[in-house]
Amino acid sequence: MIDKETVEYVAHLARIELQPEELEKLSRQLHDILGFIDKLSVLDVGLVKPTSHILPISNVLREDEPHICLTPDKALENAPGKNGNFFSVPKIIE
Amino acid sequence: MKYQTVIGLEVHLQLNTKTKAFCGCAIDFGKTPNSGVCPVCLGFPGTLPVYNKEALNSAIKLALAFSCEIQEHTKFDRKNYFYPDLPKNYQISQFDLPLSRNGYLDIASGGKTKRIGITRVHLEEDAGKLIHETSSSLVDFNRTGVPLLEIVSEPDLSSPQEAFDYLTSLKNIIGYLDVSDCDMEKGSLRCDANISLRPEGAKELGVKTELKNMNSFKGVKDALAFEVSRQTELLEAGQPMTQETRLWDAEKSETVSMRSKEGAKDYRYFPDPDLTVFIIDREMVSRIKTQLPELPREKMQRFMRDYGLSEYDAKILVNSKKDAQFAEDCIQKYPEKDKKIMVNWLIGPLLSEANARKLNLYELNIDKEELINLIGFVENQSISHLSAKLVLTQMIDSQKPAVLLIKENNMLQISDTTALEEIIAGVILENEKSVSSFKAGKTNALMFLVGQVMKKSAGKANPKVVGELIKRRLTDA
Ligand SMILES: [Zn+2]
Repeated sequence: MIDKETVEYVAHLARIELQPEELEKLSRQLHDILGFIDKLSVLDVGLVKPTSHILPISNVLREDEPHICLTPDKALENAPGKNGNFFSVPKIIE
Repeated sequence: MKYQTVIGLEVHLQLNTKTKAFCGCAIDFGKTPNSGVCPVCLGFPGTLPVYNKEALNSAIKLALAFSCEIQEHTKFDRKNYFYPDLPKNYQISQFDLPLSRNGYLDIASGGKTKRIGITRVHLEEDAGKLIHETSSSLVDFNRTGVPLLEIVSEPDLSSPQEAFDYLTSLKNIIGYLDVSDCDMEKGSLRCDANISLRPEGAKELGVKTELKNMNSFKGVKDALAFEVSRQTELLEAGQPMTQETRLWDAEKSETVSMRSKEGAKDYRYFPDPDLTVFIIDREMVSRIKTQLPELPREKMQRFMRDYGLSEYDAKILVNSKKDAQFAEDCIQKYPEKDKKIMVNWLIGPLLSEANARKLNLYELNIDKEELINLIGFVENQSISHLSAKLVLTQMIDSQKPAVLLIKENNMLQISDTTALEEIIAGVILENEKSVSSFKAGKTNALMFLVGQVMKKSAGKANPKVVGELIKRRLTDA
């Protein structure tokens, strides 16, 4: 069972602001999702190898060769705040 | 009560690849802000990171140099947190399956060798750079995604000095591998420290403090020393310690608590679905092993074996790869059998010249053949050792050959006995008192007489020859 405090905490970590009714609804939904996933615990997976990825490929690497970068103008095109060639954000330390 | 200090270090090292870890943006720190960026390192949706082959190679090389076990199965994880220098809101790092574990580094500290465990070396990426203005913070993402290695030591260090020595050895070895610039002042090497104190003999660790914001090896040492006294005072006063992060303020020489509004860090690591696993087989490991250069410890042992150097001398010479190469060239070129003579010149006068000029040994502008000529003049007693040191300084400044400088300075020693006999005869006549003291068995009187001859010859007489001549004269008579 997932409680409201946990959902509030997760929402905070994700920087999501939830209204009381949303919190209620999401708590219920998350509870159902976790319950669904929990079906796995009845299976015997003793013989299944642990995996971290669904694709059976490995060692995907690229050569250390430079590509063409974005120009600063292009990089900053959609920035909500900019200052010269910098992205500008609300001050983060006092 | 006596307390025992327990220190562990976390080093972040920028690899010197041409491009970033997960995209082809060229790494160049002098660039215009936000000109070395692309959709991948800016964290745009829909992009796909692909790891740099060269970075993996360098990382394995480094892990092997510290005798780590390379893990056969390794993967990337996402470390989630919000900060404006992190455009994806997660850092690609490694959590439960790091590249390597269980290595060590032998450090020389206080005349002893101590083995410091290395818990793990893992792969991750750098964040961007923030500049704080009065009303806003500016972000430059050029550094975002530069490949980093995190090297975590065991809490095996027991003093600020040992921590300093660990960093020095670490830097020496990394310098041999050519995988990083390893410059703390430029930020290519960063170090955080964990420190706690416990009563001597206690088994349990004390409450630890995490130290950040040091920007030199000395800064690390000073910050740790400050913490040792701060924590000792708290413990002696019976005050409770709290686990916290403190920032080193180099100007005030103190650590300051960094109060964070958020509770305990919760990074919610999970495997990065954009990156597949790496299987590092034995074959790959042994192939990379063959690329490893001779490391300082092996080089030191070879110098001792091949050139008959003492451990002390060899250790000084192998500190950096380029200096070791310079020294070995000199030693090999030196034609005499006794290499100790050349070694004494290298770690004596040459190293002093280098230090005085704030250069490395190999950066001294000196012709090796001329150095050998100069040493030859000392060895055949044509010039004194003192004169030779002056010539060395002038040689480095002027690039003139040794023989020319010796002539210009009129430094040739007089070893010719007929020329000396004349001066000696005069000195004996003028110093009857010392002569009789010598004859009465006072050996100090001989030193005085030699001194007088040196004075009369304007320092050019060979003191050894003079001593012999005076002795012969006075004992024969
Ligand atoms: Zn990029």
